[in-house]
Amino acid sequence: MEFSEHKPIYLQISDTICDLILTSEWKEEERIPSVREYGGILGVNPNTIMRTYDHLQEAQIIYNKRGVGYFVNSGAQDRIISIQREQFIDEEVPKIKRRLELLGLKAIDIF
Amino acid sequence: MVTIDNLSFNYSKHVVFNDVSMKLEAGKIYGLLGQNGVGKTTLLKIMSGLLKLKSGSCKVNGYEPFQREPGFLGELFFIPEDFMGPDLVVNKFAKLRGEFYPNYDHNKFSRLMTEFEVNGNSKFTKLSFGQQKKAIIAFALSTNTKLILMDEPSNGLDIPSKAQLRRVISQASTDDSCIVISTHQVRDLENLIDPIIILDKNGVLLNASIDEISQKLCFEFSPTVSDKSMYSEQTLGGYINVCKNESNKECKVNIEALFNSVHQNRELIKDIFKK
Repeated sequence: MEFSEHKPIYLQISDTICDLILTSEWKEEERIPSVREYGGILGVNPNTIMRTYDHLQEAQIIYNKRGVGYFVNSGAQDRIISIQREQFIDEEVPKIKRRLELLGLKAIDIF
Repeated sequence: MVTIDNLSFNYSKHVVFNDVSMKLEAGKIYGLLGQNGVGKTTLLKIMSGLLKLKSGSCKVNGYEPFQREPGFLGELFFIPEDFMGPDLVVNKFAKLRGEFYPNYDHNKFSRLMTEFEVNGNSKFTKLSFGQQKKAIIAFALSTNTKLILMDEPSNGLDIPSKAQLRRVISQASTDDSCIVISTHQVRDLENLIDPIIILDKNGVLLNASIDEISQKLCFEFSPTVSDKSMYSEQTLGGYINVCKNESNKECKVNIEALFNSVHQNRELIKDIFKK
């Protein structure tokens, strides 16, 4: 897996998992790889995966069944979409706006 | 797992360690970094009982390494940087040596050899340096010892083997084992090693987890050198600036930039990471 230099690895892995859930490669209520399995697949420190899973658990995208493993929450897709919409509006849109202004473009010229 | 207190060591007049203390915990994959000649290999040799310390103490699972008791040796594996195997078939070597390790798993060894694409039915002497190295890494990880020390494991490995090495080490780590990897090739092992230990002449400059480092330091890319940065380095398309993290921002830790920052700001770094 290739990582970018601009974001902590645990968040980059979290983005990847969200994409897997959005494309239904990981389905709701299905078990996902354990921390060590996934670390082994990516070649990443298991502690980093643990942070990713903690982060996704806090966002209620996955949940932990004690002694069984981690599962995708029902409603995870909707939750990811609403989180990512908010992020897009807060973080990406201002950047696009600034770039449009700089280049003297109007939104209507493009979209 | 490993407790080192006030360790001193010298090769006749050449002092390597003077009053060094550190603790290594189970369940972690440590990255041991340091410039040439600061004593990374010496430290690994002290922990594995190959060298006798001059003063202070080093305890591994409650054992004193230099006593080399069977209970200690059965739970430790040290992979030297320049491993050369004996004139023996690799699989035979593994079966013979495996006897010394109570938790040795030969099936795991075969699996790792397949993953590394090394033929276990040939003699070590017929294999290239890199293949021998992969064979001994496969063997080390199959001994399932509590402590595994690796000196520059990625040296001599070809391009595909480096990703395999990361996967294999990640899979091998368990909650009650500890892996210590000394390396200069931080890019080969980035995202795998955590915590990071940086050694300096005579001591430990830093021993902190990636999480802790990203809480205390900020690694930012910008078109110019920031006046707040303690260290800057030109990269493609601008500069990477390392500064104190004052805004609780989360950045990716760049280990090379970290290493250079630590070396340029020894006292400041010690102060920032003081507990």
